[in-house]
Amino acid sequence: MLHTPMKAPLPPHLRQLEAEAIFIMREVAAEFRKPVMLYSIGKDSSVMLHLALKAFYPAKPPFPLLHVDTTWKFKEMIAFRDEAVRKAGMDLIVHINQDGVRRGISPVASGSAVHTQVMKTEGLRQAMDAGQYDAAFGGARRDEEKSRAKERIFSHRSASHAWDPRNQRPELWRLFNTRIKQGESMRVFPISNWTEFDVWDYIAAEQIDVVPLYFAKPRPVVSRGGSLIMVDDDRLPLLPDEVPTMEEVRFRTLGCYPLTGAVKSEARDLDAVIAEMRSSTVSEREGRLIDHDESGSMEKKKREGYF
Amino acid sequence: MTQSALRDGPLPAAALIERPTLRFLTCGSVDDGKSTLIGRLLYEQNMVFDDQMAALERDTVKHGTTGEVMDFALLVDGLEAEREQGITIDVAYRYFKTPRRSFIVADTPGHEQYTRNMATGASNADLAILLVDARKGLLTQTHRHATIVSLIGIKHVVLAINKIDLVDYSQVVFDAIEADFRRFADKLGFKIITAIPLSARNGDNLSVRSAKTPWYRGPALLTHLEAVDVTDDRAERPFRMPVQWVNRPHLDFRGFVGTIASGRIKAGDEIVVANSGRTSTVARIVTADGDRPNAEAGDAVTLTLTDEIDVARGDVFALPKARPEVSDQFSAHLIWMSEEPLQFGRSYFLKLATRTVPATVGSLQYRLDINTFAQDEAATLRLNEVGLADITANVPVAFDPYADNEVMGAFILVDRATNATVAAGLVDHGLRKATNVFRHDGTVSRTDRARLKHQKPGVLWFTGLSGAGKSTIANRVEAKLNTAGVHTIMLDGDNVRHGLNKDLGFSQADRLENIRRVAEVARLMADAGLIVLCSFISPFLEERRLAREICAEGEFVEIFVDTPIATCIERDPKGLYKKALAGEIKNFTGVDQAYEPPEEPDVVVGRDNEGIEKAAATVIEALVHRGFIDRFDDLVDWAI
Repeated sequence: MLHTPMKAPLPPHLRQLEAEAIFIMREVAAEFRKPVMLYSIGKDSSVMLHLALKAFYPAKPPFPLLHVDTTWKFKEMIAFRDEAVRKAGMDLIVHINQDGVRRGISPVASGSAVHTQVMKTEGLRQAMDAGQYDAAFGGARRDEEKSRAKERIFSHRSASHAWDPRNQRPELWRLFNTRIKQGESMRVFPISNWTEFDVWDYIAAEQIDVVPLYFAKPRPVVSRGGSLIMVDDDRLPLLPDEVPTMEEVRFRTLGCYPLTGAVKSEARDLDAVIAEMRSSTVSEREGRLIDHDESGSMEKKKREGYF
Repeated sequence: MTQSALRDGPLPAAALIERPTLRFLTCGSVDDGKSTLIGRLLYEQNMVFDDQMAALERDTVKHGTTGEVMDFALLVDGLEAEREQGITIDVAYRYFKTPRRSFIVADTPGHEQYTRNMATGASNADLAILLVDARKGLLTQTHRHATIVSLIGIKHVVLAINKIDLVDYSQVVFDAIEADFRRFADKLGFKIITAIPLSARNGDNLSVRSAKTPWYRGPALLTHLEAVDVTDDRAERPFRMPVQWVNRPHLDFRGFVGTIASGRIKAGDEIVVANSGRTSTVARIVTADGDRPNAEAGDAVTLTLTDEIDVARGDVFALPKARPEVSDQFSAHLIWMSEEPLQFGRSYFLKLATRTVPATVGSLQYRLDINTFAQDEAATLRLNEVGLADITANVPVAFDPYADNEVMGAFILVDRATNATVAAGLVDHGLRKATNVFRHDGTVSRTDRARLKHQKPGVLWFTGLSGAGKSTIANRVEAKLNTAGVHTIMLDGDNVRHGLNKDLGFSQADRLENIRRVAEVARLMADAGLIVLCSFISPFLEERRLAREICAEGEFVEIFVDTPIATCIERDPKGLYKKALAGEIKNFTGVDQAYEPPEEPDVVVGRDNEGIEKAAATVIEALVHRGFIDRFDDLVDWAI
């Protein structure tokens, strides 16, 4: 991943974004007792891992990766995760909310809201508490959703992981106030200022590996409520008249497979994906079924501790 | 509506790169139309996707203030709470791109109580758009925002005279507001002011010039933003690299990690560590993409040196010929951001570049009147106020004036109790050169320890009869000092006899030994930099002389609590007078043993039935007078 001799120099705006992210990661390593990097396997996580390896080279990043596994990720994501982590030589902590598993929580049986709340939000809190982490890197970007646009780069969370939008610290220059009290923590978003375009341009320029699900390929899907859902394993109950069909599809964002809509596409490689994205008229979160409940739902989730 | 090339298909790669991103902020008063402006810019650049558009149509019906017309402000007013209130409460960052340039927009609140958020947005911007409602002209907020934009050092300003449609596209109105602003901005040092007549809601002069303002000859807003050259000369300034982290993967590698704040560096250059004055030579410039021969401002790099010198986070690398100032005192502009006003003498954390040190604000040279730019006298700084203050750090810090170097001259103040960011600071100039740059002999003197605490150590010796109120007054004094951030300790007769001196009785020799040990402990604690409050009857001149001699010169303050014995007997808090008068206790001071009053006490309290508050205030006043706690203005207030 590093030292690729064929790489052309980055264009200035990406070089600036890269330097900014590296500065933020180093600031966290220097100022926090026990940081951790949230790794969700998607393209943003791939970029974050790549930036972390660059920020601390020749040392390994001084923090582990944490994947809060809902047990409903695409099989290809888990395979990619294990390979990417092995190549990077990083420690990976996988946390599953066992209480949720025991309660039989699933996106199929419980619906997207309950599943996300229990397996993602509560799972993350459990993992943060168990590891006693005082800072967690996340790959969220401000261009993703309206309430994210006001998120700080260093976002303060109370001891119960709550986020108070009215009580955020002003962020001046690059002088991040990293002071927290016992039990409190910080969520840190080094690629806050990146757009979806920037992420893909950077992946192309730095030749970063991403999950193959981002590229078009014939996959078994069923159409539900206007979304194409991939039948990734036999846990997805099919309706009586539903027959999976092979369609050439890809994903713009990745999450739990029953909650992630595919798009029909012929973009089989990076250049094609970037070209397709530039002509798209739909935002990337369109593919996320959890955001549709109501406008403002992301803010609610964040207050409760969702990333 | 302009169609951007973005939706027409992929652009040639060359058109998408090599355009430096423009970071700008929009500011203005409530309802000037900032959110509408940005929403409209996003909309016209096709940065609004179909699903977001659908959500906008739903939201316009629910929250909109525009009736039938699409309410573009709803595209950017993110948080639920503010949508319900109809005002922007935080800085929202927006991203859009034209074929010529990428933009990062900080949408900042107009409401006065959120001015701190505006300063936040300004601190990372190259250009500011000041929105003015054409119907209202310049307001207090416009002046305030222009002042902050100027203070933060933004050189490019766009005066967007919005809602021009509501004044019939009048050139007279436009010209009057522009002239008004230029008159005010005369003192603010902007490099370029561009005034543009706008209607954000209708899109006039937004991305193309409007036919409704034929008298306007300048560019449309977007055309101006695409073309404006905001490149700075950071790389041409003296080399500075604040060290963020020391990278030691193994014994053979020791790299100093940081982002170059200004200037250039190459392998083989001699560098100096600003604080210690130690010099070395750059061996390698290490990055994950391979070693580089040189690097410049903005690059995040790792330097290795040819010598093993002591370098840690917070140190600053410079070239020996052009060093930053190193001092523990400087004068700086403060933008106050906390509900709680500035407290002189309180210890705040000061973070400047990668260095965090305790610091106090000594005095305020003036408060800036943002309407007139006049320098007013003021007792403190409150939320959203700006002033020039003298800052004292507890150790020398490397810095440059903010006007010369944004990274090396900007700092924040953090409240040590709440961890809130209470102020943004901009260094104006150093107040004295540190004379001790090379002083590192490894021993820490009692002066060094006291200096960390910004106080003069002392021993306050309360003497007087049993029941005179020595401990009560001392407790009250300590509480006041503690509230003001002064570091103290209390030694009380009864407590000491339960621990340190429990082997001692009440014979003449033991009583002297009791006092000797207490004085020695008080001396050690004063050596540690503390103000020590000792509350002991200590009836004999000889005992108190011994205590004074043990303590350092000028540090012993004898406080005579001269409460009349009748009052003491009446109070008799421990019932001891009763027992002594009944003959059950022998050698009781004031009953069958004399109390020798001090011949020249430093302070006398307790006479004329004065209350505890008055006595404590008298002691505090004496301490201020003697320079023990010179900077605590609030304490003086209490004493009056």
